[in-house]
Amino acid sequence: MIELVWLVPLLPLLGWLIIGLFGKRLSKALVGAIGCGSVLGAFGVSIAVFVAVAGHRGEFGSIKLFDWIQAGDFTASFSFLVDPLSSLFLLIITGVGFLIHVYSTGYMKEDEGYARFFAYLNLFVFFMLLLVLGDNYLIMFVGWEGVGLCSYLLIGFWFKNTDYNKAARKAFIMNRIGDLGFLLGILLIFVTFGSVSYESVFDTAASPGAGFSNNAVTTAICLLLFVGAMGKSAQIPLYTWLPDAMAGPTPVSALIHAATMVTAGIYMIARSNILYTLSETAMTVVATIGILTALFAATIGIFQNDIKKVLAYSTVSQLGLMFLGLGVGAYTGAVFHVMTHAFFKALLFLAAGSVIHAMHHEQDIRRMGGLKKYLPVTFATFFIGTIAISGIPPFAGFFSKDEILAHAYMHNKFFWFLGVLTSMMTAFYMFRLLYLTFYGEFRGTEEQEHHLHESPKSMTVPLMVLAGLSVAGGFLGVPELFAHGAHWLHGFLEPSFERSAMRMYTSHASHAEEYAIMGFAVLGAVAMWYLAKKHYSEPDNVPAEDDEEVNPVQKVIYNKYYVDEFYEAVITKPLNRISEFFYGIVELRFVDAIVNGIGDTVKWLAGIFRLAQTGNIGFYIFAMVISIVVILFIKIM
Amino acid sequence: MKNMIVLGLIAFPFLAALLLLFTKSEGAKKIAFAASVIEFALAVFAFAQLKQNAVHPELALNVPWIKTIGVNFHVAIDGISMLMVLLTALLVPFIILSSFRSNHENPSLFYSLILIMQMALTGVFTAMDGFLFYVFWELALIPIWFICLMWGSGDRARITLKFFIYTLVGSLFMLAGLIYLYQFTGSGEIGTKEFVGRSFDIKALYAAGASLDPGQQGWIFWAFFLAFAIKMPVFPFHTWQPDTYVAAPTAGTMLLSGIMLKMGTYGLIRWLLPLVPAGVHAWMDTAIILSVIGIVYASCIAIVQKDLKRLIAYSSIAHVGLISAGIFTLTAEGIQGGLMQMISHGINVVGLFFIAEIILSRTSTRQLAELGGIRNVEPQFAVLFLIVLLGSVALPLTSGFVGEFLLINGIYQYSTWAALFAGLTVILGAVYMLRSYQRVMLGETNSVTAGFAPLTFHEKAVLIPIVILIIALGVYPKPLMEIAEPAVKQIISIAGGIK
Amino acid sequence: MSAIQVIPVHYYILLSVVLFSIGVLGVLFRRNAIIIFMCIELMLNAANLLLVAFSSYFSDAGGQVFVFFIMAVAAAEVAVGLAILTMIFRNTRSTDIDFLNKLKW
Repeated sequence: MIELVWLVPLLPLLGWLIIGLFGKRLSKALVGAIGCGSVLGAFGVSIAVFVAVAGHRGEFGSIKLFDWIQAGDFTASFSFLVDPLSSLFLLIITGVGFLIHVYSTGYMKEDEGYARFFAYLNLFVFFMLLLVLGDNYLIMFVGWEGVGLCSYLLIGFWFKNTDYNKAARKAFIMNRIGDLGFLLGILLIFVTFGSVSYESVFDTAASPGAGFSNNAVTTAICLLLFVGAMGKSAQIPLYTWLPDAMAGPTPVSALIHAATMVTAGIYMIARSNILYTLSETAMTVVATIGILTALFAATIGIFQNDIKKVLAYSTVSQLGLMFLGLGVGAYTGAVFHVMTHAFFKALLFLAAGSVIHAMHHEQDIRRMGGLKKYLPVTFATFFIGTIAISGIPPFAGFFSKDEILAHAYMHNKFFWFLGVLTSMMTAFYMFRLLYLTFYGEFRGTEEQEHHLHESPKSMTVPLMVLAGLSVAGGFLGVPELFAHGAHWLHGFLEPSFERSAMRMYTSHASHAEEYAIMGFAVLGAVAMWYLAKKHYSEPDNVPAEDDEEVNPVQKVIYNKYYVDEFYEAVITKPLNRISEFFYGIVELRFVDAIVNGIGDTVKWLAGIFRLAQTGNIGFYIFAMVISIVVILFIKIM
Repeated sequence: MKNMIVLGLIAFPFLAALLLLFTKSEGAKKIAFAASVIEFALAVFAFAQLKQNAVHPELALNVPWIKTIGVNFHVAIDGISMLMVLLTALLVPFIILSSFRSNHENPSLFYSLILIMQMALTGVFTAMDGFLFYVFWELALIPIWFICLMWGSGDRARITLKFFIYTLVGSLFMLAGLIYLYQFTGSGEIGTKEFVGRSFDIKALYAAGASLDPGQQGWIFWAFFLAFAIKMPVFPFHTWQPDTYVAAPTAGTMLLSGIMLKMGTYGLIRWLLPLVPAGVHAWMDTAIILSVIGIVYASCIAIVQKDLKRLIAYSSIAHVGLISAGIFTLTAEGIQGGLMQMISHGINVVGLFFIAEIILSRTSTRQLAELGGIRNVEPQFAVLFLIVLLGSVALPLTSGFVGEFLLINGIYQYSTWAALFAGLTVILGAVYMLRSYQRVMLGETNSVTAGFAPLTFHEKAVLIPIVILIIALGVYPKPLMEIAEPAVKQIISIAGGIK
Repeated sequence: MSAIQVIPVHYYILLSVVLFSIGVLGVLFRRNAIIIFMCIELMLNAANLLLVAFSSYFSDAGGQVFVFFIMAVAAAEVAVGLAILTMIFRNTRSTDIDFLNKLKW
């Protein structure tokens, strides 16, 4: 079965080609059908591949399509690697992707760029599949940049709006900064290991006595790759593009900026787990950056008033948690969280999209409230998503988050503490969002209230499916604490992580400690729920308008700690100034001036010498005769 | 028969140009186009021939020309030359087709100059004799000078003069270097059996170059490097280029940027590296540093350009800097990547300049600030522009990526820091390209762009194949990479790699 | 022994030098174009004289061949030169070379 894995990316690619080339001539229904159908087909093949991988242990390996780049010692072929890790990601991408495609047929119905939207989405799915399927770093890089391109196209989907275009550009350029790190990382891998294919790199790195353990090169490789991950997965300091990326249509935010693309960084590190395991420094850096981002973004999330911005910061924060997981060696936990996060965050975004749809593109939660009765399905699913993300058992988020936190606890108590703090804040701002949006009195205009309606089936059915997954998804990874062998995912992913697991220092927490960790997290989340409910059920506690005076701390956080302004002042403006300086001064007044100066000097000298041309023939002859005499004289002497 | 292919590739455009000069008719452009297509077919035929006999490429012609000084009419096609000839033969039809819409005065002269240019370029890329190389090298300058001068715009008299003299000065250094080397060719006493006469043949020159002491090789290096650096152009010898690109008619700009600057990079590979290995080793650091400075410098300048054509001109300097830096690393990756990028850049930049021309002809402006919102009016054009642009920023699966990746790879093997700075092109390229795309195509339509006419058949006939090529070469570059590989290995073995 | 060879060769040289010098001085100091012209002829003839003399002394016909060349060239030169002069005179009513200084910087 796994030989047919090339069908998985091929189908969305064909979908893109057909819609891209003939989209305008096809009816909307047909475009939607092709768009969804291609991803559904890919999903079908992915299931088959997944079953094959899960069923027959060891039946995985790489499938080579053709040689791609070959020069000197460098070889990279277009080959796909099928193993538990990639097959799981295939399932997430095509599965969640399909639901979001279906949702989009409803959400984008009125948009004139309907066909274009589906073409972009299909192209995105293609590149994302390429990213996880590649059997070497270069193919991963292809997908990596490709999804960045699609992200650019989709953020700037409404291209008439200059702000959206700027957001799109910002996303692309910030990603490219990360990509440069990734690229250099790949090159260092090639220079070090003589290959970029996973198999030979990991074999060489893991072989005992090769000396790659804790050596500077390994650390450098890991850090360079991590720079790429920072860009793609929106970690400090390259995270600011993600909140702005909310300019794109909401299904895009759900698919690209929550469920799949932004988790590419986690996939990359999970894929390179053996390299990271070999470098303690790199692991520490990953964990530190991860937890800092998680905490930082969560604080910003508390004060945002745009429904999508809250979710965006929440995504940044959750991604930070996943990196924390990776950094403390909880590879399975991080991948698990990617999966559950894909379910509930896609759900939350889509539900938010449903709200926005109903509110006629109003995104400010200060204008909402009391939507519960108008949008019952949306409310119910959003509620489930909120519980899931807050980590309240037995919803999906609880299990995955618990696994990360438990590992963090074993690794470093302080990380664990910050992790719990983050997850409490998460619970708080999510319930704040829930109460402000769905409870209380409606605060929008009368016209908006008049038009409030539940979304069509095409939108609510995906919501319900995702809600179901958010409820049940966690049971794939029930802690071993409750029953031996309950953590199915752990067993499934083992082949991908076994070499790291062998090297990892593994001491399990005692049962009492594990229960305490769980209890602590759950208690915190429930307490925050209560707090948010109590505070935001009061009509007086609706967040302040932008022009109202608030206390300075709140103001700084509301303005996202002024990081964007800081980057503007430190990077963008100086770059422009330097460029102006290069052009205005160096280029025109120096380099070109020298060239022109040489020409002018020749001209000036010619101006002097030409004076010798008096036009007087007698003078010429006289000069000639004198010169001859002089020459003869010299010769004779 | 095989020998005649090379001669045919050189002579055919010339004969077509002569024919064209005598047809003073409206049909001139059609004849020129047909001729260039035939030439392309010939080049593809040569490619197929070479592919068959990769081990013993016999596409060569060697007849005495000026016996007394040992000059032969020696032309040959190996993998490297093949790629360049193919690029030339591929781009010229596009260039001719792209000027169909602009009604030039005296079209038969215009098109015959283009064809003469093609002949000279093909000669440069196939010449295996130093003297012949120089002749073709200078010959290429003449038609392009007339094209820029007679059909250009703006302050063209001053700009083309600067361009002409600047490049000519560079070439004279090369001539001096050639003649100096020539004196060391040949061996043995006159009249004895071992006597070998002096000669300009490439092998003889290689041997002469290698026999010099490193100090002398250093001088020869600079003599040749100046000629090539000005042609490419590499920082800080580039200042003729933006003005010339802007002032030249679009066909001229395409010839200059698409093909002619590859004379410089080709010259590096074919002539400079194997000619004076010790000189190259002594000065490669300097050359790479200059190239890398050029990348960052030109990219930065491109960010603040207001004129679309000038912006593309500076981006071209940045790209060429990367090619030159990669070639000077003397790694197989760097040189193969350089060749790949030459082709890719040629296709890309022709596409970009054509896009600038399409915009100019419809809106009468190239100022970014005055444009905007063309995408609303002409979405198809927007898509084509976007793909060409992505090729230019080297997105994977476009041809630009293969070249750029291998180049940075080569540079990385040489020095991590150089690779880091060279790699900034990945970021800065995205900055200036996306900025210009946003200014031109996105946003609200304004009065200038509102009446943007749909693409004509001829315009599509140029842009669509270019876009297809960009993607096709990015996905499957193997045929091109393969054919150049033996020749590149040979060059490196003569020049001596860094490892 | 021919009559020419009776006279010692340095007499010819001397005569030739004198004639040549007269020619040079004439070209340098006279301002009338026709006289300058004549002086140029004088220099040519000085050279011719020398060539003939050496040719005879060394019994080498080469020198005399050159003389014929020079005479032919001089004739052509006179034809063209005088034509130009006539034209100049018609236009300017003067043959003064100081007057003809238009061809300057």
